Amino acid sequence: MKLSKEEVEHVARLARLAVSEEEKEAFSRQLSEILTYIGKLNELDTSKVQPTSHVLDLSNVLRDDVIRESLSTIDVLANAPDRVSDFFRVPKIIEERE
Amino acid sequence: MNLAQFTIHELHEQLKNRKTTSGELTRSVLQRIEAVESRIHAFTTVTAELALAQAEAADRWLRSGRPVHPLTGIPIALKDNLCTKGVRTTCASRILENFVPPYDATVVGRLKESGAVFIGKTNMDEFAMGSSTENSAWGLTANPWDLNRIPGGSSGGSAAAVAADACIAALGSDTGGSIRQPAAMCGVVGLKPTYGRVSRYGLVAFASSLDQIGPLTKDVTDCAILMKSISGSDSFDSTSADVPVENYTGLLNRDLSGLQIGIPKEYFIDGMDPEVLHAVKEAVRTMEKLGAKTREVLLPHTEYAIATYYILATAEASSNLARYDGVKYGSRAKPTKDLLEMYMKTRQAGFGPEVKRRIMLGTYALSSGYYDAYYRKAQCVRTLIKNDFDEAFKQVDVIVTPTAPSAAFKIGEKTKDPLQMYLSDIFTISVNIVGIPAVSMPCGFTQTGLPIGLQIMGRPFAEATVLNAAYAYEQATEWRKKKPNL
Repeated sequence: MKLSKEEVEHVARLARLAVSEEEKEAFSRQLSEILTYIGKLNELDTSKVQPTSHVLDLSNVLRDDVIRESLSTIDVLANAPDRVSDFFRVPKIIEERE
Repeated sequence: MNLAQFTIHELHEQLKNRKTTSGELTRSVLQRIEAVESRIHAFTTVTAELALAQAEAADRWLRSGRPVHPLTGIPIALKDNLCTKGVRTTCASRILENFVPPYDATVVGRLKESGAVFIGKTNMDEFAMGSSTENSAWGLTANPWDLNRIPGGSSGGSAAAVAADACIAALGSDTGGSIRQPAAMCGVVGLKPTYGRVSRYGLVAFASSLDQIGPLTKDVTDCAILMKSISGSDSFDSTSADVPVENYTGLLNRDLSGLQIGIPKEYFIDGMDPEVLHAVKEAVRTMEKLGAKTREVLLPHTEYAIATYYILATAEASSNLARYDGVKYGSRAKPTKDLLEMYMKTRQAGFGPEVKRRIMLGTYALSSGYYDAYYRKAQCVRTLIKNDFDEAFKQVDVIVTPTAPSAAFKIGEKTKDPLQMYLSDIFTISVNIVGIPAVSMPCGFTQTGLPIGLQIMGRPFAEATVLNAAYAYEQATEWRKKKPNL
């Protein structure tokens, strides 16, 4: 299994991760090697096997919809890298019309 | 003997009988940290001020004559991926360099209620991704038994701190062996509980279907004490199981008669260190002398466990780590021209190489067109591995194996080759895939003086059986009495 540099770029964009030229080379080599190893799973016929997503026999753990105490706005905003009054501040998202 | 060298249960007796105070004990541990920390670097943050204040409160409680919890006044270290209200929690990552949680993890809250003293946050592989603690953004932790070797990982700081008497006990987390493997490398006891036994609320998520919090301690009794304190269901973690918590300490005894031990031949492989093999075989013989019966069991899909794990764990990690976007908490790269660039540069600057590699692998495995070939395939093989264990546990009560194929390796020995590093987790990974409990404990030393780990696995929620098997073996041997020469 070979992961090309273009595929690395595509995956990095999906992961919202900027990568340097050096990282692209390294990831292409390392991930190809790991994926080749993982290819080992194809030795197994799993066509009649149900997937396990979770080991406990649990489904839909629900609770009553009652109002509980939650964090204060001050606490929630305390770790924000950038904020203005009671809001998180981010770079402009919506383009202005010409 | 210095106070820092004792166990929880020994110190509990001393505190209860007024032979010492929590203040005295806490100062001893802080002095020990000062003496060894420049050589082992087990901590990311030492919370001396908090610890002394908590010790003072514990001493007030002890003087009041009210009932005393076994953890009251005992200095405990916490892995730096457990949220501690008001105390920096970094996950050994630059992206969380200044993160101060506004709440406590459930396990932290439970320890606080018992009157435990928090001595500091321990070093780890960034986001718990690694087997050597070499992936920390804050530098290496050294193995107290040989400073040129790794302490294991990812809970390497917790294991090293316990081994070096820089705390009385510690908590770690285990996604693929991250409690048991460092426990083995540092010669301490480490337990990964059944998935759902301990609440994960406030544990910074790595792979949500595999992660569990557990203790690292100087002996099995201490492990049982901590397990009793942190276990139980929690409304803040819907995957925590509503299964009664047993009285783990009360059930410990030295008799193993009637216990059926399974030895999986797939865990005794070519290329394994002969000293490890010898020590584990001797341990099994000792357990037989205590009344246990052994038989061979088959775990035929063992060779697929690592490949399965590195799809499941990385896929779940890529999703969990999407939250580090530079908006609500964590660092942010500046300046950037738009939102997309902010995300991409923030994550580039904030994550280290192993975390990036795993995000990439997980994103690839979940990406359009590859989901069935990788993620679904791995989930199917997970079923096969689980079936192996279900079958084996119809015949035996516990399964005994080495914890790792070798003793602690040298710093830098495996950092160049990620796949070689992954392969060192071969004996611990299946336990997480299947969700069962397993303990690692010392079962001997190599000729060069490095600890060797024995792993005992049990059925889901059979922590009491696992702990008792470990206790009986421990009491029949002297390994726990050996200390590193620091």
